[in-house]
Amino acid sequence: MPTDAPAAPAAPAAAERNAAADRVTGLDALELGGATDRERLAARFWRSAWPKLLAVAIVIAAWQAVVLAELKPAYVLPGPAEVFDELGAIVTTGEFWDAVRLTMTRAVIGFLLAVVIGTVVGAAVATFAPLRAAIGSLITGLQTMPSIIWFPLAILLFQLSESAIMFVVIIGAAPSVANGLISGIDYVPRTWLRVGQVLGMRGIARYRHLILPASLPSFVSGLKQGWAFSWRSLMAGELLVIVPGALSIGVRLQSARELNEAALLIAWIIVVLLIGILIDVLFNAADNNLRRRWGLKQP
Amino acid sequence: MTAPVVSLAAVSKRYGRGADALLALDQVSLAVHKGEFVCLLGASGCGKSTLLSLVAGLDEISGGTLDIDGRRVSLMFQEAALFPWLTVSGNVELALRLRGVGRAERRRRAAELLDVVRLTGFADKRPHELSGGMRQRVALARSLAQDADVLLMDEPFGALDAMTRDILHDELERIWREQNLTVLFVTHNVREAVRLGDRVVLLSSRPGRVISDFEVGHPRPRRIDSAEVAELAATITDRLRAEVSRHAH
Repeated sequence: MPTDAPAAPAAPAAAERNAAADRVTGLDALELGGATDRERLAARFWRSAWPKLLAVAIVIAAWQAVVLAELKPAYVLPGPAEVFDELGAIVTTGEFWDAVRLTMTRAVIGFLLAVVIGTVVGAAVATFAPLRAAIGSLITGLQTMPSIIWFPLAILLFQLSESAIMFVVIIGAAPSVANGLISGIDYVPRTWLRVGQVLGMRGIARYRHLILPASLPSFVSGLKQGWAFSWRSLMAGELLVIVPGALSIGVRLQSARELNEAALLIAWIIVVLLIGILIDVLFNAADNNLRRRWGLKQP
Repeated sequence: MTAPVVSLAAVSKRYGRGADALLALDQVSLAVHKGEFVCLLGASGCGKSTLLSLVAGLDEISGGTLDIDGRRVSLMFQEAALFPWLTVSGNVELALRLRGVGRAERRRRAAELLDVVRLTGFADKRPHELSGGMRQRVALARSLAQDADVLLMDEPFGALDAMTRDILHDELERIWREQNLTVLFVTHNVREAVRLGDRVVLLSSRPGRVISDFEVGHPRPRRIDSAEVAELAATITDRLRAEVSRHAH
C-alpha cells in the first residue's frame, strides 16, 4: 500500500512490534501444548487402591488355607477371622491406645533426635574434606550394622531404661540421615553451583539459597530410610529392653507370647505393620509432592 | 571514544603446569564498549567459554591484564539452570535478594522484568512447566535482575530449535536496545554471530587467539536468512575453515 503521509512510518513500526509479541506468545502457546486431561480423584484413588486390596485378599486367603490345612494347631496359628476379632476388640480399649501412644512417642522423639544429629554430622562431613576422609566410610559402615548388635552395650551403658532404647534408635537412624544429606550436597549439579557463583552467593547465603534446597530430594530419601531403621531398632528395643511400668507395643507382644495368646500376638504384629505402612504413605506423599513441584515426575 | 567496559590485554590462560600445561588462551586482546553487542566466534577448543569465565571472575587469568574496573558482570549459560524449588518469579527475585533489594521492591521489579521477556502471567509457574525457550527467557530476566554492566552469554540458544532461536534473536536484540545492554556473546554458529553482533571476533583454536575482528555494518533489525547476513557469514566461515584445516597436521 503506497503511503506518503509523514506519520506513516510509526504505524508499521508499531505493527511490527505487535507482530513480534504475537510470534513469541504464539510459540509459547504451541510449545506448552494442549491441556492435560486430569483424572477424577475417585478414579485415581481406585487405580492405586485395587492392586493393594487384591494383594491383601490373596494373603488372607493363603493364611486361611494354611489354617484349614491344620499344619499347626489352631492355638498356635489362629485363622484371620479370629485375629481380626481380637484386633477389633483391643482397638476399643484404652490400654491399646496407651501402648501405641508410648511407642509412637519414643519413635518420634528418637527419630527427631536422629535427624538433628544426622543433619549436623552430614553437613559437617560434606563441608570439611579432612572430616570426610576421617569418618565418611565409618558412617556408611554404621548404616549397614544390624541395630540389635548395640543392645548389649546400650544395656550396660544405660541399664534397662528409655535411654538404652533411644541410644539404639538414634545410632540406627542417624547414619542414613547423614548419608542422605551428604550425597545430596555432593550431587548438586555443577551448573547450579556456577549460577550461584554468578549471582554472588557466598558463605551462609550459598547454603541457604542453593546447597540445602538443592539437596532436598536426597535428604528426604535419607529421612525415609532413617525412619525405617529407627522403627526397626525401636521394635527390637521394646522386645529386649523392658522398662518397668512402660507398657509399650513390644511389651504387649511379649506378654501375649508368654500367655500363649496367638491371636492377640498376631493382632499386635498387624498393628506394627499398619503403623509402618501409614508412616511410609506420609513419606511418599512428601516425596511425591517435592518431585511434582520440581518436575521430576509427571503429575 | 570512552574507555571500554571490558578490556583484555594480552590475556593468557594456562591449565596445569610444566610440559603437560594446556594453553587455552594466548595473548588475547579485546575491548568491549558500552552498549556494544560483541560476538565471539570460534571452532571447538578456542577457549570461548574459558574467556567468559575469566571475565565473569569464575576463573583466574595466567597472564596479561583483564580490566573490568569493578563493573558488575552477569553470565548466562546454554542451560537455563533455573532452580526447581523456586517459582519463575522466585528465581528472578533471588538475584535481587542477593543484591539486598527489599521484599516489596523485589516483587515489583521481578514482575517488571518478566514483562520485559514477555512472560507476564507465568510468574507463579514452576520452571519445568515452561518450554526450553521460555526458561532461557527467565534466565535472561534473572541476569537482567543483577543489573550488571555487562551481560556475558555462553551459547545461550545452543540447545534450542531453529524456530525458537530465530524468535529469541529478535527478542534479545529488542531487549539489548531497550535496556541499553552491553553484551559479549559466545557462539559457534556463524550466522547467529552475524545476525546479532555489532562486531564478530574470530578466535583460533588451541590455543585461542584473536585472528580477525569483523565489523557488521548491516542495519538492524536483521534477518538470519537475509542475503547480507549470508554473504558475511560465508566470508567468516571460509576463515574458520582455513583455521580448522590448520589442525589437520
